[in-house]
Amino acid sequence: MAKLWIFVTLVSLLPFLGSSFSSENPTDRRILVLLDDFAIKSSHSIFFKSLQTRGFELDFKLADDPKLSLQRYGQYLYDGLILFSPTIERFGGSVDLAAVLDFVDSGHDLIVAADASASDLIRDIATECGVEFDEDPAAMVIDHTSYAVSKTEGDHTLIASDGFIQSDVILGSKIIEVPVLFQGVGHTLNPTNNLVLKVLAASPSAYSVNPKSKLSTPPSLTGSAISLVSVVQARNNARILISGSLALFSNQLFRSGVEKAGSSTKFEKSGNEQFVTELSKWVFHERGHLKAVNVRHNKVGETGEPAIYRINDDLEYSVEIYEWSGTSWVPYIADDVQVQFYMMSPYVLKTLSTDQKGRYFTSFKVPDVYGVFQFKVEYQRLGYTSLSLSKQIPVRPFKHNEYERFITTAFPYYGSSFSMMAGFFIFTITYLYNK
Amino acid sequence: MEVPENGKSASLRHAFGNVFCFFILLLIGVLAFSIRLFSVIKYESVIHEFDPYFNYRVTQYLTKKGIYEFWNWFDDRTWYPLGRVIGGTVYPGLTLTAGSIWRLLNSLNIPLSVETVCVFTAPIFSAIAAWATYLLTKEVKGTGAGLTAAALLAMVPSYISRSVAGSYDNEAVAIFALIFTFYLYVKTLNTGSLFYATLNALSYFYMVCSWGGYTFIINLIPMHVLLCIVTGRYSPRLYIAYAPLVVLGTLLASLVPVVGFNAVMTSEHFASFLVFIIIHVVAFVYYIKGLLSPKMFKVAVALVVSVGMVVCCAVVAVLVALVASSPTKGWSGRSLSLLDPTYASKYIPIIASVSEHQPPTWPSYFMDINVLAFLVPAGIIACFLPLSDASSFVVLYIVTSVYFSGVMVRLMLVLAPAACIMSGIALSEAFDVLTRSVKFQLPGVSGNSQSGAGDTTSRTVDTQSDMVKTEKEPPTDRTEDTTKERTSKKKKKKEKEHVEKPSLKSQIQKRLLVLPLEASVIALLLLVLLGGVYVIHCVWAAAEAYSAPSIVLTSHSHDGLHVFDDFREAYAWLRHNTEVDDKVASWWDYGYQTTAMANRTVIVDNNTWNNTHIATVGTAMSSPEKAAWEIFNSLDVKYVLVVFGGLVGYPSDDINKFLWMVRIGGGVFPHIKEPDYLRDGQYRIDSQATPTMLNCLMYKLAYYRFVETDGKGFDRVRRTEIGKKHFKLTHFEEVFTTHHWMMRIYKLKPPKNRIRGKAKKSKSSSKGSTAASLKQSGRRKRNPWH
Repeated sequence: MAKLWIFVTLVSLLPFLGSSFSSENPTDRRILVLLDDFAIKSSHSIFFKSLQTRGFELDFKLADDPKLSLQRYGQYLYDGLILFSPTIERFGGSVDLAAVLDFVDSGHDLIVAADASASDLIRDIATECGVEFDEDPAAMVIDHTSYAVSKTEGDHTLIASDGFIQSDVILGSKIIEVPVLFQGVGHTLNPTNNLVLKVLAASPSAYSVNPKSKLSTPPSLTGSAISLVSVVQARNNARILISGSLALFSNQLFRSGVEKAGSSTKFEKSGNEQFVTELSKWVFHERGHLKAVNVRHNKVGETGEPAIYRINDDLEYSVEIYEWSGTSWVPYIADDVQVQFYMMSPYVLKTLSTDQKGRYFTSFKVPDVYGVFQFKVEYQRLGYTSLSLSKQIPVRPFKHNEYERFITTAFPYYGSSFSMMAGFFIFTITYLYNK
Repeated sequence: MEVPENGKSASLRHAFGNVFCFFILLLIGVLAFSIRLFSVIKYESVIHEFDPYFNYRVTQYLTKKGIYEFWNWFDDRTWYPLGRVIGGTVYPGLTLTAGSIWRLLNSLNIPLSVETVCVFTAPIFSAIAAWATYLLTKEVKGTGAGLTAAALLAMVPSYISRSVAGSYDNEAVAIFALIFTFYLYVKTLNTGSLFYATLNALSYFYMVCSWGGYTFIINLIPMHVLLCIVTGRYSPRLYIAYAPLVVLGTLLASLVPVVGFNAVMTSEHFASFLVFIIIHVVAFVYYIKGLLSPKMFKVAVALVVSVGMVVCCAVVAVLVALVASSPTKGWSGRSLSLLDPTYASKYIPIIASVSEHQPPTWPSYFMDINVLAFLVPAGIIACFLPLSDASSFVVLYIVTSVYFSGVMVRLMLVLAPAACIMSGIALSEAFDVLTRSVKFQLPGVSGNSQSGAGDTTSRTVDTQSDMVKTEKEPPTDRTEDTTKERTSKKKKKKEKEHVEKPSLKSQIQKRLLVLPLEASVIALLLLVLLGGVYVIHCVWAAAEAYSAPSIVLTSHSHDGLHVFDDFREAYAWLRHNTEVDDKVASWWDYGYQTTAMANRTVIVDNNTWNNTHIATVGTAMSSPEKAAWEIFNSLDVKYVLVVFGGLVGYPSDDINKFLWMVRIGGGVFPHIKEPDYLRDGQYRIDSQATPTMLNCLMYKLAYYRFVETDGKGFDRVRRTEIGKKHFKLTHFEEVFTTHHWMMRIYKLKPPKNRIRGKAKKSKSSSKGSTAASLKQSGRRKRNPWH
């Protein structure tokens, strides 16, 4: 019996094949960077530097390096993958589309940067993750109202966008005040896909078309349906960043000033660095990674965890939830964590109260229904890894000796049966000895 | 008293006869036990079939945890997530019996395993049932008939089918309890002893503990009482036989958790209460009749009848109102289908779906009771010469059980003892007449006709004295019992008169009933031949037809014996390769075995208490893959198990049961419609099958990769090529298939890690579908749903 209820599913935290990527230390450490050519290493050095200073080991390789390999002996060699190779048609070595997707499916993170000339391979990777780039290979996002003012007049492909996602978890608590410069292809998301998020949206006046050709048909992608940068959090909490622009990460755009068309304010430095740095922190699990531990439940007044509850028992439930800060686990504080007492449908749904130290607790009465229940915590919040805990616990009916022995309402029946016995006794004596 | 007349030699013969009788009974017991061991010898000492596995599991629990834990057992490994209160829903008689035997043996330092005890419980109880038959028939027609009936019952195939070693089911002990209860009832009826009446109530209690068929007793006995009253055979003995049984029996029955208030609430029990009222009225009338003068009595009758009618009308009105307020008229579905054989097939597919609830075919009568079917009418006639209370009871028993066995093949089991008793009576009467004729006419015997006649007389006297003895014994017991002496003396006198009158008459009759020598010798030979045929048939049935444990199958072919041990292979795989808390879904037939042999939680099992839950599984099996996945996922199912006989030709597989899944599922979830699965009213799985059929989960799980076995996909059960041969599973993956493909286990795939984009898919499929891209993403492409 004891084994029956030990059933904790920490789907969100299970490490898969990575060695250093563990539930105890979820931040990625070793990252493979695949480049079209090594010039990108220097042209995007600020971004790489910021990663290195945060403790990541970057391994730069050409995307068509014939010795390329993500895993050896069934172990992944890297915890994260950055694809800064928009034009690559085939990866070298043993890496291919399936290998990249397996890498993600085993819980590792991925940054994909496409470009106006993005190859089918990069597009396929994006599609597999739920992001659809404009099908016209030469299309770029053009915006005639919120473009960045630059020297070449009439080129409105360099967009100054500030359509950020409203999430402190993904973009950091410091508000990005400066618009982000973007130059590249746009993509769309399937609205029914709840795993993918639009982090940087285009303005309503944007559209996606080949800037060099004449516009004969209306553009297929228009307005704020176009996403410039998107993130995906897979069901196993692997995180993927997909950008339509490789230039977004470049030193050039990091350093250049921004003047949004129609706006008088001119910023000395674009918001790109802050945006990309904060986003990379999220992608590499330095932020927004939750873990739940020490799921406990017991009867009120007891400490041990019972193997089975009885109907109408009062019980206490507690769970500890921590958030990874990048270096250590800190208590996660929220007021919307709920627990369900679930058997085919929730019989009890309660919001957990917290002691501000990461412990969430509540107490409730077991419903008057027996069966195999589950304590379920389904916690899915924007930007956070999803927590889904379930712990099976049977609830039994009363035992034969747990009912009330004497019921007040039944006293007439007790009285009648005893009077019947007495009457029978007297009758017998009278009948036998009265003659 | 006739015994002293014959003097010493008769009593010596008597003693000799008793010893002889004892040894015969012993041998009958040995026969009953050993004829049921074929299954152990031919296969192995293993629990059979489906329900016995549940009983075995319960017994294990009982022996491990004790009776209170068993009583309060809430089983969370079946009917997930509802669970099942085992203690309150199981007939505990068999379990407690086997548990006690095990405990007794262990305390005697005989360390048998629980399984061994369970395997051999049924043979042991069939021996006891044979002895009980002896007692019952002896009460009805004397020792000779008793011994014959016991011998017949020891090897009647119908009973063997439910009580071979390993067939650890309720019926194994219930048949004994049934016969023994009837014996005690007849015994009480013959003696009017309160002692036997009390024993009768206890025996009835044991029957209630053991089997739901106890309602047969509680309806048959009132019927007999009513018959006796109507035919003017009311006596205080009848009252003593019946009234305590109803009061004590009902009280005791309501102590069994599974019966509880049903003992007074359901219509199955109403007949007994009605007759209880009637017998009191009748007893009261007889009492008044004794008190009053005939004239006064007439007045009183008028009064009582009018008052009684009013009361009766009131009671009946209340009852009718109560009964009418319940939708099933207070009857359980199984009982209703007994009264109206078409009821189940019309309204409750789950009852109709069980093969043993189907009406039997004519050959099954010959198979199950063989020559007894022909002897029964003779036995009925013999029972009418002379008709006593006891013999009228047996006649009523056979008549009702013939009807019930005609409704449900399972109730053939109730018919078998009745048929044995009747045939025993018929055979023994026939032998009696024939041997008497032979003896009467044998020229070699000195003192010829006269002594022969004398012998015959003494023989008839023997049987008479037997009867007298049975009636005499209890009174001698009771002489110590001073309080009841008065009534019993009265009774004794009455009985003697009753017995002596026909005996004189029958002496005269019997002298006239002598047959010609040749005819009787030939008849004797033919009877022996008939018995021989019966024995041969029984041994054949025990050895070949009924001893297969059904979890291990064998087949003979030109290259020798093949053993199909796929069931245990699959259950062992589950036990060793899955998590202990994983849920396994299958059709309910395999629920008990999965919990007992694989120790995994199941969704539904053979205790079909929740129709909706079963319908959910039926719906999942008849739905397309995705809908089925969602249903199973909502029930936390990890593995799905199907039984498939198409490769080896095992006919009772899930494809053949599939229409029942559709029916039961459709009964609760109307979007499942049976005609969708039939092509012009025909159930087929070949290329003519409907698309719904070819796309449902059951078809896919059964025939997945089947074409790889022979290249054509030829189903050997349905004798046709399957309709859809090449297909992929998107939401399930095959994890295990047994050696002969009889059991296939699939695992539910987890939801996709990523949700892929839409537009690109159409593009890549139109553009691509190159071999390389297919190969690359082969593993993912199997699951392209969102």
